[in-house]
Amino acid sequence: MTQQEALFKYTLRLGDNALILSQRLSEWCSNAPFIEEDLALTNFALDMIGRAQVLLRYAGEVEGKEKSEDILAFRRSERQYYNNQIAEQPNGDFACTMVRQLFISAFELYLFTELQKSKDATIAAVAAKTLKEVRYHLAHAEDWIIRLGNGTTESHNRVQQAVNDLWMFTGEQFEMDETDNLLIAEGIAADLHALQPLWSNYIENILSKATIKTPQDAYMQTGSRKGIHTEHLGHLLSDMQYLQRAYPDAIW
Amino acid sequence: MAADTQLDSWEVFMQSRPGANFTHQGSIHASDKKMALQNARDTYSRRSEGTSIWVVPTNEIAASSPDEADMFFDPANDKIYRMPTFYTMPEGAKNI
Repeated sequence: MTQQEALFKYTLRLGDNALILSQRLSEWCSNAPFIEEDLALTNFALDMIGRAQVLLRYAGEVEGKEKSEDILAFRRSERQYYNNQIAEQPNGDFACTMVRQLFISAFELYLFTELQKSKDATIAAVAAKTLKEVRYHLAHAEDWIIRLGNGTTESHNRVQQAVNDLWMFTGEQFEMDETDNLLIAEGIAADLHALQPLWSNYIENILSKATIKTPQDAYMQTGSRKGIHTEHLGHLLSDMQYLQRAYPDAIW
Repeated sequence: MAADTQLDSWEVFMQSRPGANFTHQGSIHASDKKMALQNARDTYSRRSEGTSIWVVPTNEIAASSPDEADMFFDPANDKIYRMPTFYTMPEGAKNI
C-alpha cells in the first residue's frame, strides 16, 4: 500500500462516517419529538454533510481520478464504504439516536483533537473546524442521556436498552489497520488505540451520571475497515443514492 | 382549552454583535435553562446570527394588557409638549 492509497482510504473513512450519520440524522426531519429537537438534529446532519463534502472532495483529489465528492458519495456501492458500522445503525427510538450520538461524538472529540495536529494540512483544518461542531453535538447528546436516564422508568429503560444494543458497535471505532499504521508513521493519522481509554472513561462517567450501567466488553462487531457492513447500510444507500442511480448525472 | 403537553415556554433574546441591544427573536419550549439555551441556539442562530443569547421564562414576564392600553399609552398622545419636536431650538444653541 502506498501512502497515497492509504490517505485516500483514510479520508474516505472520515468522510463516510460523516456522510452516513448525516443521512441517518436527516431521517428525523419532521419526525422528532418536538420542533426544537427537529431543528437540532437536522442542524447536526448539516454540520456532517459539510464535513463529508470537504473530506470526500479531498479524497477525490488524493486519488487523482477526477472523481468529485458527489461521485464518491452517490456512485459507490456498500462494500466501498468505510464508515464505522455504528454510524449506519437505524435511528430506533429517540434514546437510541442519542446514545449513538454520544458514542460517536465522544469518539470524534478525541479523534479530531488529535487530528488537529496532523501533518496533512487539509485534515488538520477540517479537524479544527469539526471540533467546534462536535463539542456541541456531544453536549446535546450527553444532556439528553443524563436527563432521560434520570427521568421516568420508561425513559431510563430505553436508554439502558439502547446502550446495551449499541455497545457491540463501539469497539470498531478504535480498530487500526495498515492504513492507520502507515499514516501514523507519517504524522498524518491518529493512534486510535491511545484514544480508547479516554473514550471509555468519558462514557463511563456520563453513563454513571445517567444512572445507566456500562456494559461489559464482550463480542465486538467488526468489518468496516474492509468494507463489510451490517444489513442496514444497503437500505440506507438505496434511499440516498436512488436519484443518481436512476438518473445518472441529473442535476438540480 | 386543551392542556399544554409541551415543555415550558421561554422567550429568546439575541445580541447580533458585542455591545448591541438584545432583541426579541421569538419563543421556544424547554424544560430548564440549559435546554432553553440550546434550543434557542438551534432555532434562532443556525446561521451564526448572534454573539450572545438570553432566555427568559415566558411566565416571568410581566406584560400590560391590551385592555389597559388607554390608561398606559393614551395620555401621552395629546400632550405634544412631551415630544422633543415641540421645542424649537434657541438660535444661540449651535452644538445641540
